[in-house]
Amino acid sequence: MMNIFGFRLSASSAIDMDKVDRTLFDKLCAEEPDARRCMSCGSCSATCPAGEFTGMSVRKVLHNLQRGKEREALKMVSSCMLCGKCNMVCPRGINTRHLILSVCRIYKTEESR
Amino acid sequence: MRDLYPSGFDSFILPFMIGMTFVLCWCGIGAVRVIAELDREDRKKFFLSFLNPKILGKNIRDWFCDCLFHVKLWKRNKLLGYMHSSIAFGWFMIIVIGHIEVFIYTPERIHRMWYPIFFRYFVAVTESTMKGSFFFFLMDFFLLMILSGIILAMVKRVRSRLFGMRRTTRASLTDLIGLYALWSIFPLRLLAEGFTADISGGSFLTKSLNMVLHSFMSDSMNALPVWWAYSIALGVFMCILPFSRYMHIPAEILLIPLRNAGIKLKHEDKGVARAELYSCPSCGVCIDTCPLSAVPANSRDATVYLNRQLKRHNEKRIDQISEKCMLCGKCSVVCPVGVEGDKIRIAHRSRKKYSIAHDYSLIDEGKFIGNMTEKRRVLYFMGCMTALTPAIRKAVTAIMDKAGEDYTIMDGDGGICCGRPMLVAGRKDAAMEMIEKNTKIIKSSGASVLLVNCPICYKIFKENYSLEGIEILHHTEFIDRLVSEGRIAIDRSETKYVYHDPCELGRGCGIYDQPRNVVAAAGTLVEADVNGKESICCGGSIGSLSLGFDKRKALTENALKHLTCGSPDAIVTACPLCKTTFNRYSDRPVADIAEVTAERLI
Repeated sequence: MMNIFGFRLSASSAIDMDKVDRTLFDKLCAEEPDARRCMSCGSCSATCPAGEFTGMSVRKVLHNLQRGKEREALKMVSSCMLCGKCNMVCPRGINTRHLILSVCRIYKTEESR
Repeated sequence: MRDLYPSGFDSFILPFMIGMTFVLCWCGIGAVRVIAELDREDRKKFFLSFLNPKILGKNIRDWFCDCLFHVKLWKRNKLLGYMHSSIAFGWFMIIVIGHIEVFIYTPERIHRMWYPIFFRYFVAVTESTMKGSFFFFLMDFFLLMILSGIILAMVKRVRSRLFGMRRTTRASLTDLIGLYALWSIFPLRLLAEGFTADISGGSFLTKSLNMVLHSFMSDSMNALPVWWAYSIALGVFMCILPFSRYMHIPAEILLIPLRNAGIKLKHEDKGVARAELYSCPSCGVCIDTCPLSAVPANSRDATVYLNRQLKRHNEKRIDQISEKCMLCGKCSVVCPVGVEGDKIRIAHRSRKKYSIAHDYSLIDEGKFIGNMTEKRRVLYFMGCMTALTPAIRKAVTAIMDKAGEDYTIMDGDGGICCGRPMLVAGRKDAAMEMIEKNTKIIKSSGASVLLVNCPICYKIFKENYSLEGIEILHHTEFIDRLVSEGRIAIDRSETKYVYHDPCELGRGCGIYDQPRNVVAAAGTLVEADVNGKESICCGGSIGSLSLGFDKRKALTENALKHLTCGSPDAIVTACPLCKTTFNRYSDRPVADIAEVTAERLI
C-alpha cells in the first residue's frame, strides 16, 4: 500500500540517547581509554581490507557502540582480520587492534547472551 | 686403604640423604608428569627418539655441551661461560670421581648413596701410591675449579657488567637461599676434607689447608661439626632446589631430549612448556637482549619474569607480559637453555576467551579467483602492509618487468589478510579460515611461484599453509636469484647502506645472506653493531597487542641508534612494516630492498 507511489516512509532512525544502555561502552572506555580519542577521520575505514566486503570500519564500530547500535557494530567487528592497517594509519595513534579485541571480549552477541 | 668406620655410617649424612631423596622423588614425579602431559603421538615420538642413534648422539652431545660446558654462554661471554661451566663440570667430575673411588676401593659399599660424597670421611686411601695420589690430585683440582667459579659468581653479584650483562635478574627469596647454600657447599667441603688430609691423605689444596690451619685442624673434635655443616649445606640446597632457579639443573636434562625429538610447544604450561619453564635458570640474558628493555621499566616484562609469574600462577601479570611482547623471538635465540618465550606467550594468548567470534562469511574469495583468468608463472602477494607502502609494490613490479617475468598480482586492489596477525594474537580458528581462503585463491591461480614481500606473510605461508608444488619466495630471495641468474643487473654506487634484518625474516625464517648479497650489489654494505640473529626489532611489530603508538617511539629510536652506528647513508630493510616504522623517526632515508634495486637497475 505504501509503495504505490514509488517511495515509502521509513521509520525514524533517530536515537534517543537517554534510552541507550551505556554500561558496556563505559566499561570498554575504562579498559581502552583510546576509544574516546577517536576523531572519526575515517582513515581506518579507508584502509580496512574487510571493509570492502562487510563495511567494517573502526570509526563506525565506535559510533555504533556509543549510540547503542550494538548489533551492527558487533557484526562489523566479527569480520576484522586484525591485520593492523588501521593501527598504522590512525593519526591519533589509537591501538585499534587491542580495542577490537577488547570489544570482542566485553560485548556479547544477542544469541550468546 | 682402610675403613675408618666399619659401620660405614655416621648420623651427619642425614641432611644430605633427606635432601637427595626429596629432590630425586620430586624430579622423578615431575618428569613423569611432563611426559604424561604430552599428546599420545608426541609421547610415542619422544620414546622412539631414544632408539634413533642420530638423535641419541645429539642428546648426549647436548647434555655435555649445554648442561656441563655451557657452550652458548662461552660464546656470549668468556667469563660468564667459565663461571657456569667450572661449577657445573667441576661438580659433575667430583661426583663421577667419587663414584670411581668407591668402586675401586670399597666396591661392596657402592649402593650407599652417601659414600661417593663423603668418601674421605669414611675411607682412608694412601696417597703414597701413584693411583692414590692421582685421585687426590683430581679431586683437589676440580674442587679448585669450582671454587674459582664460586668466586666469580660472587663478583658477578656486585659487578655484572664484567660478565657482559648490564642487567641481571632480581633474585627471589628461594633463589637467594639456594644461592647461599650453593656458595657454602664447596668451601665447606674443602674445610671438611682438610681435616682428614693428615689421616686419609690429600693433595695440594686439602693438604696445604691442613698445614696452614694446623692448630685448628689437628683437633679432631672440630672435624665432625664441619662435616655436619657440609652435609647440611647440601641438604638445604637440594630441598630448596625445586622451588628455586636451580631447578634448571635437572629440568634441562629432560628438555634436551624433548627438543631433539622435535616435540613442539602446544600448551602454555603443560608438557614441553613446563619443561621449559623449569629449565629457565633465571640467568637474565633475555633482559638485556629484549628490545622492550630500551625503556627500563619494561625490563620486568622479559621472558625470565614471565617464567617466574607462570610458576606463581599470577594470571594478571602473565596476561600483561604476554600481551605486551612484540614476539621478535630474540629471547628464544639467545636463551642458553632454549626457552621459547615467544611461543609460550602465543600459547597463553590463545587461552583467552572472546565472546564475539569471527565471521568471514562475507569475505568472498571468489572475487579474487574471478580476477585471475590467465595462468601466470609468478603470483605476487603484496600483503596488507604493502598496500600502505605503494612504493614497494611499484619497485617489485618494476624489477619483474625488467626481468621479463610473467606475473600477476593477487591482492592489487585489496585482499585477504595472510592470517599471521590473528595467529599471533592467539585466535587460531580465525587465522585458519583466512589461510583456507587464501589457499583456494593461490591454488586456483595455477602459478608455480608465490612471491611475497612482507616477512610476516612469508613466515605464515612457509609454516602454516600447505601449498604443495608452489615455491614460496620472499622478494629478497627472488631478487638475489634474478641477479645471480643475470636476468637483471644492478648499477653499483658508492652509497653506504646498512641492512636491518626484519625479525620474521631473519630469526623467523633464517634468511640472512640473500638480502645482504643484493645490498652489496647496489652499494657498500655496512653492518649494524647487533645484526643477524640478534637484530633489534624496529618497534612496529604486530606481535604486540597492548603496546600503544606512543610507547613504541623509544624502542624504534633505540633500534635506529644501533643500526646507524656505522654511519651509513641509508637504511635498507626488507619489510614494509619496518620501513614505515623507521621512517617516522629516522634521520636518514629508509628504503625497502626492492626500491634500492629498482632505482639502480641497468
